Amino acid sequence: MKGFLIKEFRHIFRDFRLMLILFGMPVVQVLLFGFAITNDIKNAPIAILDNSKDYLTQKITDKILSSDYFILKKNLNTNNEIGDYFKDGSVKEVIIFGNNFAENFLKNKNANIQIITDASEPNTARLLIVYTNSIINDFQQKQLSSSLEINNFVSSGKLLKPVILTTEFKMLYNPELKSVFMFVPGIIAILLMLICAMMTSMSIAKEKELGTMEILLVSPLKPVQIIAGKVLPYVLLSFINIITILLISYFVFKMPVQGSVFLLLSESILFIIMSLSLGIFISTVSNTQQTAMFISFIGLLLPTILLSGFVFPIENMPLILQYLSNIMPSKWFIIIIKSIMLKGVGINYIWKETLIIIFMTAFFIVLSVKKFKIRLE
Amino acid sequence: MFSIKTKNISKAYKDVKALKNINLNVKEGEIFGLIGPDGAGKTTLFRILTTLILPDKGRAFVKGYDVVKKYKKIRKIVGYMPGKFSLYQDLSVEENLNFFASIFNTTVSENYETIKDIYSQLEPFKKRLAGRLSGGMKQKLALSCALVHKPEILFLDEPTTGVDAVSRKEFWDILNKIKNTGISIFVSTPYMEEAGLCDRVAFIQKGEILTVDTPKNIKSNFHDTLAAVKADNMYKLITDLRALKAVQAVFRFGKSIHLSFDINVINPDEILSYLKSKEHNNISIKKIDPNMEDCFMKLMKD
Repeated sequence: MKGFLIKEFRHIFRDFRLMLILFGMPVVQVLLFGFAITNDIKNAPIAILDNSKDYLTQKITDKILSSDYFILKKNLNTNNEIGDYFKDGSVKEVIIFGNNFAENFLKNKNANIQIITDASEPNTARLLIVYTNSIINDFQQKQLSSSLEINNFVSSGKLLKPVILTTEFKMLYNPELKSVFMFVPGIIAILLMLICAMMTSMSIAKEKELGTMEILLVSPLKPVQIIAGKVLPYVLLSFINIITILLISYFVFKMPVQGSVFLLLSESILFIIMSLSLGIFISTVSNTQQTAMFISFIGLLLPTILLSGFVFPIENMPLILQYLSNIMPSKWFIIIIKSIMLKGVGINYIWKETLIIIFMTAFFIVLSVKKFKIRLE
Repeated sequence: MFSIKTKNISKAYKDVKALKNINLNVKEGEIFGLIGPDGAGKTTLFRILTTLILPDKGRAFVKGYDVVKKYKKIRKIVGYMPGKFSLYQDLSVEENLNFFASIFNTTVSENYETIKDIYSQLEPFKKRLAGRLSGGMKQKLALSCALVHKPEILFLDEPTTGVDAVSRKEFWDILNKIKNTGISIFVSTPYMEEAGLCDRVAFIQKGEILTVDTPKNIKSNFHDTLAAVKADNMYKLITDLRALKAVQAVFRFGKSIHLSFDINVINPDEILSYLKSKEHNNISIKKIDPNMEDCFMKLMKD
């Protein structure tokens, strides 16, 4: 058994490309998803056309620009300029304040702000409007409540209190709506799936391809020993990977782990074992590395990305795909890590998902041990 | 006791019959050669005997153990070298050997005596990766790996295929040394000239055993007269010889044509004059002793 493990580690460490995939990919993926592929608004270039130039518009402008979301590209003077800036793409949004803004706001309680966005990128445009709107609303609330206080104090209840209906938002768990918080759990799931299932299935298929499996079979080694020898190195390497990903997401993207790290790692090991047993199962049905890779890729990776809720929200899928997503182990795992990392919940909240993964693991282990042949063919 | 015994072993892949009623008895401590062309069923028989596949019909015993029921016992006592040299290309010579020793719960130093003769030739290269070895060295390493646990019987499936002539010669010398330590050897080869180096051989063709005997007996059972015939136009020579009566077999063997015929019906002089009448030039007819290939060709025809 020891000899087998040493041999497996040598295979891995001597394969430069494999090492690159094993240790390079997690880092690259987390950084890629974290930095490049992001839905967040940061430093969006905007222009402002201020027709009033009074203290209130100045205050709102300051407030908007003091957030990290926007950066002022240009102060406009006439409406005609707006089109030009949108056309050359130098601004994503223009905010226009109406005439006599402060006066209208205080006297008539009816001042106008117009927001124009470049909707050739619909998602960004929608987010810009939401962000701008919420900043302006926030400002309005504060203005009204402070003016009410003054009024109340002066006229001691003689004035009729204006009724204001407001909706208050509170973003739980990810108040800044960072998309990296959404991606990290997904990446962990995908990478574990990929490394564990693909690598083990390929390494077993490689033995078949080279003919060394024949010699292993014609030896006193038991199937369990062969499987364990193949699997254990990857358990260790995947575990190192999880820790790398968590460290990067903590230090680079400030993603917290609210819940217990121990629970998070234990759930990860469970998922690793589940992916490995899936890999062994794949290897029992494929005789070449190519087949193994193909099955892992088409059969595991794509569904994991598409159906686990990592990229597309499951609630928006057609009903049949929603049902299908239930058999994706990664769907449950993503729920688990999100709950632990962001909500900080304990096992009592995620026991159901954990149990599902345990069942899936048992299912694949039994299936692959049954399918693992003590003979060729 | 026989080291290998098979009774009516049959095996089919879909509609191809790979083996038909194979009956073999291999004695203790002999080199037994399984000789036949590619696709004759050699590897299938090897895989059945090494417990890698199940026969459809019949029974087989290795060292007295049933290959189906007692496969675990057999796997402990056989050394198996599959058709292609199955080594880990990314491990060094030494690492390969250590690994194969470890899966049999032994060490290289424990059985060093068994592999000393072969491994001593490899030792200068022990740090080299197996993938960078020459064909002959790969073959020696694969044999060392199959021997490292001191098996009671060795299965070598086409060990000399793809190896140069010098290495092949060396390899057979090694096999004889191994045999002298008491290990039975079951070896297959497509090369007829290697058949003469075995203690006994079985000719196999299309899944059937044609004959089992010592090389000497097989040659002495060749009753026809054999001659090597040469002429300028070899192609025409073959067609003309085939047209002759009393000719048993005509086939090309290297630079000449081997012709077996019944000397009671026709003699070499008559053949010569016949060929002259067919306008052949530079004719030479030489009586020769049959080699293994001649015997095999004859057996195939019968």
